[in-house]
Amino acid sequence: MKLFKIRGGVHPHDNKHLAAEQAIEDLPMPALLHIPLQQHIGAPAKPAVRRGQRVAKGDLLALSQGAISAPVHAPTSGRVMGVGSYPAHHASGLSVRTVTLMPDGEDRWSDEIQGVPDPFALSPEEISARVAAAGIVGMGGATFPSAVKLNLRTRYRLHTLVINGAECEPYLTCDDRLMREQADAVVDGIRIMAHALGVERIVIGIENNKPEAQAAMAVAASVDPRIRIARLPTRYPMGSEKHLVQALTGRETPARGLTADIGVVVHNGATAFAVHEALRFGRPLVSRVVTVSGAAISRPRNLRVPLGARVQDLLDYCGGFTEEPTELISGGPMMGQPLPSTRVPMVKGSNGVLALTAAEVARHEPMPCIRCATCVQACPCGLVPLDMAAHTRAGDLEGAVSLGLMDCIGCGSCAYVCPAHIPLVQFFNYAKGEMAARGRTKQKLTETKRLAEQRAARMEAIKQAKREAMAKRKREAAAQKATPASTKVSGVELPAAEQPAAAAEA
Amino acid sequence: MQIETPAALAGPYAHARTSIQRTMGLVMLALLPATLFGFWQFGWPAIFLFFATLSTAVLAEAACLRIAGKPQRPYLLDGSALLAGWILAVSLPPWAPWWIGAVGALLAIVVAKQVFGGLGQNLFNPAMVARVALLISFPLEMTNYVQPMPLFSADAPGFLQSVGISLGQPGFDAVSGATLLSHVRTELSQGLTLSEILPDMGYLFSGAVGTIAGSMGETSALLILLGGLFLLAKRVITWHTPVAMIGSLAILATLMNLYDPEHYAGALYHIVSGATLLVAFFIATDPVTSPVSKMGQIIFGAGCGVLVYVIRTWAGYPEGVAFAILLMNACTPMIDHYIRPRVYGRDRRGTPIEYADNAEMRK
Repeated sequence: MKLFKIRGGVHPHDNKHLAAEQAIEDLPMPALLHIPLQQHIGAPAKPAVRRGQRVAKGDLLALSQGAISAPVHAPTSGRVMGVGSYPAHHASGLSVRTVTLMPDGEDRWSDEIQGVPDPFALSPEEISARVAAAGIVGMGGATFPSAVKLNLRTRYRLHTLVINGAECEPYLTCDDRLMREQADAVVDGIRIMAHALGVERIVIGIENNKPEAQAAMAVAASVDPRIRIARLPTRYPMGSEKHLVQALTGRETPARGLTADIGVVVHNGATAFAVHEALRFGRPLVSRVVTVSGAAISRPRNLRVPLGARVQDLLDYCGGFTEEPTELISGGPMMGQPLPSTRVPMVKGSNGVLALTAAEVARHEPMPCIRCATCVQACPCGLVPLDMAAHTRAGDLEGAVSLGLMDCIGCGSCAYVCPAHIPLVQFFNYAKGEMAARGRTKQKLTETKRLAEQRAARMEAIKQAKREAMAKRKREAAAQKATPASTKVSGVELPAAEQPAAAAEA
Repeated sequence: MQIETPAALAGPYAHARTSIQRTMGLVMLALLPATLFGFWQFGWPAIFLFFATLSTAVLAEAACLRIAGKPQRPYLLDGSALLAGWILAVSLPPWAPWWIGAVGALLAIVVAKQVFGGLGQNLFNPAMVARVALLISFPLEMTNYVQPMPLFSADAPGFLQSVGISLGQPGFDAVSGATLLSHVRTELSQGLTLSEILPDMGYLFSGAVGTIAGSMGETSALLILLGGLFLLAKRVITWHTPVAMIGSLAILATLMNLYDPEHYAGALYHIVSGATLLVAFFIATDPVTSPVSKMGQIIFGAGCGVLVYVIRTWAGYPEGVAFAILLMNACTPMIDHYIRPRVYGRDRRGTPIEYADNAEMRK
């Protein structure tokens, strides 16, 4: 199909050969699983199990909370050892609420697990409800609850479902393997999602460095004439949602908007597979495919991992390290996050564990910017990274924002090509974080000011009421004097005088 | 095993095989053929001048770094001082005394570069600042060109004679030769017409090959072009600046040539003569002092081309590339301020894109 040009981008060594030919293997069940209750964007799930409780595979461990959230299910059968806090799968290494499960080794599915014979007979609402109940989130790494995205049809006129099989991050091969080995299931999931979205076009975008996946998906997709395979040029960040949509439709998503603004919804191939499992077999999202790779890994692998397995369990299965890695990364090398420890558990959004050597990371001492503009050419968003970094360095964050800091997708293309090895992404992450903090401070200040003004207004009203009450009493006293034949009325005023005092306390 | 990352540094955790050193090295490699040809054409005095310029540049850089308290190793090894000296050297008259090169290098490194804050901070191209300062301060030495006398040829000065030339001692009887640009200019001012001054097209050939009087490394248009194409192929530079500069110069020259062919030379004359190509590929593309956006680079290049033509044709100097570069360098911050790439998802003014059928899209 016809493709459109996107600006910028880089061609990193994809290093996919390390793991691309390794068929997906099941990770042996670890002795313990640590299942965090926050594995998605949105509110954390609320625990639904007690310590000591026995659960079957697929049983609900925690309930979805609010509009944007996702439930969490038991990745295997076993006993709940506790609901406590445990280090999160996050660079900070901070702890989050986590259910610890001791597998019983039976890996027995719950009896309540039941699929739908014909998902296409369901209404879109029923499909998205089942997707929500299965705890499915965007599995490309964004972990946005998928059901919310399936419900976009109620607010936008959608015409196209795009399946993001670009997998443009180097090293990662989990989507590639899944599309090769489970093409029929992935296509089935895609068709179910398309049914839920009510779109007439489906495009599966796969980069040209995955010809086997392209071929397998093309064969599987032949069941549905609406599906087209787009053979994407291999270029990072082709898998950026907005850039992928631009390459396929020629349209840019409006700034600060969603792809739904131009009628397109993007889902990941692995998400489609999860939807297939949820609808056909009733299985919630309890495992995912993860690429374990990098030159420091003895035997790079693609593993189907139960959620909650520790990073160390994966590393052990892959034979440990050949040498001490310089960086241990969750995700790909371009946008991945450093892992604080090998104790942390695998979550719904983790698509890779990379142990990289110093030679692979190729980090050097930064030199001054020589304004070579390589970053300007590399930026897929049309920004001038060198200027944004200069403003950030000088502390002029508003200046950086006015240059488009908030339009930066953090893809790292600029830092990747910088001959001066300036850590541009570090600058931008700092500036974005600082601006967010300032925003919160500002909001707090306006909120405080609003409350203070309200209080002042209230106090003024109280004073006014007191003055009026006093005046009224005086008038009445004067009237009483004038007309001695009277009934006592001053008592009536008392409650009114007490009321302001109560309000002031509040 | 535990990996503790107390202060996690953001990604990417991969990097292209590139460095400032590599960039500077590639530019020097691209300059090498034209420079070696210059050595051969102008002999030992040129070689002495070259090394006097480069060694002074590196020493001046080292001294400045020491005073500024910056680390010596990374900044000396980045090759920027060497390259600045190199570009200055190839833009000098080949038989200029050694101290011209040394003074020029001091001006370039100390005044034009380090005073501004060193690598990446200078507003003006150091080599061009030095060249212009030298031209104004030492007009005699800076306009004294010689006809090529290839190394080891019969007329060429020997090694010792060359030392004498470099030290500025009179004695060797050189065939001084005006550059094509100054020759044509002088003759035009005498009232001659172009068809009388340049009766055949031979000047184009000698200008392309480089068998003419001129600065050390600018004479051979073809070798400079070769170096420029190498830089383009290696993606050290992009086509925007050189094409815009040569293009605007060529268009202006062609228009004026059509208007009055007897007094205004054509496009090819301007392209092969003087330092046009050297400037277009090696100096106007200096990253530090030129704009960062493609459109900005086109404006910058076109501005250089126009100024070169205007100075050569109507102003007081036969060659105007150095002045043109400095004037456009001064415009670079303004160009970068106003000319920016369009941000994704926004129009030129920065407001989010609205599609005509957007209203229809939203239910």
